[in-house]
Amino acid sequence: MDFGNIIAAVCVVGGTGLIFGLLLAFASHVFAVEVDERTEKILECLPGANCGSCGYAGCGAYAQAVTDGEAPVNGCTVGKAPVAAKIAEIMGTEAGEVEDVVARVMCGGDCANSVYKYDYEGVSDCVAAARYAGGLKRCESGCLGLGHCVSVCRFGAISVVDGVAVVDADKCQACGACVRACPKNLIQLVPRSNRHWVLCSNPEIGRYVNQYCKKGCIGCKLCEKACHFDAIHVVNNHAVIDYDKCKNCGLCAKKCPRGVIHAEPRPGAKPAADAEKTEQTPVSV
Amino acid sequence: MAVQIISILLSALLTENFVMVKFYGICPFLGVSKKVDTALGMGMAVTFVMALASAITWLANKFLLIPFGLDYLQTILFILIIAGLVQFVEMFIKKSMPSLYSALGIYLPLITTNCAVLGVTLLNVQNYPESFLYSLLYGIFAALGFTLAIVLMAGIREAMDETSIPKPFRGFPIALITAGLMSIAFMGFSGFSI
Repeated sequence: MDFGNIIAAVCVVGGTGLIFGLLLAFASHVFAVEVDERTEKILECLPGANCGSCGYAGCGAYAQAVTDGEAPVNGCTVGKAPVAAKIAEIMGTEAGEVEDVVARVMCGGDCANSVYKYDYEGVSDCVAAARYAGGLKRCESGCLGLGHCVSVCRFGAISVVDGVAVVDADKCQACGACVRACPKNLIQLVPRSNRHWVLCSNPEIGRYVNQYCKKGCIGCKLCEKACHFDAIHVVNNHAVIDYDKCKNCGLCAKKCPRGVIHAEPRPGAKPAADAEKTEQTPVSV
Repeated sequence: MAVQIISILLSALLTENFVMVKFYGICPFLGVSKKVDTALGMGMAVTFVMALASAITWLANKFLLIPFGLDYLQTILFILIIAGLVQFVEMFIKKSMPSLYSALGIYLPLITTNCAVLGVTLLNVQNYPESFLYSLLYGIFAALGFTLAIVLMAGIREAMDETSIPKPFRGFPIALITAGLMSIAFMGFSGFSI
């Protein structure tokens, strides 16, 4: 038995290991990157969905940006106020207000009300369908109803009802994945407290809209005249609500001859005649 | 010598492509090939590590193992060297080049135990025990072959995402079938040599 061989083997492997070990130990000191421990703490508070709605690549990137002072402490739309409060505590600042938003689909052209260009039998996905002459609906800015947003929603908050995507506000975490995914850019993040939104994004003039959608905005401006708060305007041939000014009185929704403005019942209100009554009285300021 | 280098290049890229013909590095090939840009990042990281590992392990083999007659320790020593090296490189990049780190950083630990890296070092000491340059070049070219394969795969998978695939085949099954077909295509290069 040749002990020399064994010793040589042990020395070579052990020595190399030792050299690398020392090198790494040395390197960890020399190349140590100072990590702000607040980053770790912030990361623990965050939901960890990595949805990117804060505008950063993920929760880690957002936590880093907060410690660097680049991002606001209330930037997480999924975690909302509780998370903002925790982060503010770690950073030693005020949380400020977190705007609670929710995704809304700006189209109401369901199967019965819109006119179709052709029968689509391809891949059941809006992105694919939008490549064939802009989609199957005559309306160029109508919801295609094939559910691309449904497939990207991680919270199961979107469903396609009668050919139009509908967001379940209770499940929506406002991550904005659907907003980015929609090939027609129909989904917007609007304040959760706001119960009225316009179910049309069509930029064409009323005469054309009339030809292919019974629920499309024709730009008649009746809502503009009805609004007491200067909160709704016809921009690009369709009504747009200024959510900062809107008081949710619902006058515009009542005046609209085409039912384009969606009025969500008050939370807790019975969807019966009761609700009608409360809707009628404009909220005073 | 130029002919030899071109021969190494062609064999490493096409005729003996690491992924498609030798079946090394299948794990990152399937795992990180969903998007072209991440695939490219992975390819760059592998290229970097493979070039470095080829150089260091060749030197270790030549000046440490062969003089002591310890060739049989190649595998374990190379694993040790690669793991240490990757860790060191990761720290170094993290400190000195944060932008590069954010691009490659997450892939570097994945490469530590990648069989493609170990494979190239073992092939080097087998095929080019006398030439440092050829070993280094083979390492780089083999990694470029890996990059080529993974980027092609990522391109195909991106395109496949938007096509109608029967439900049982969605995801990994179709990826494996695609990889198999790509491999058959690459086998078509076998037999060419300079």
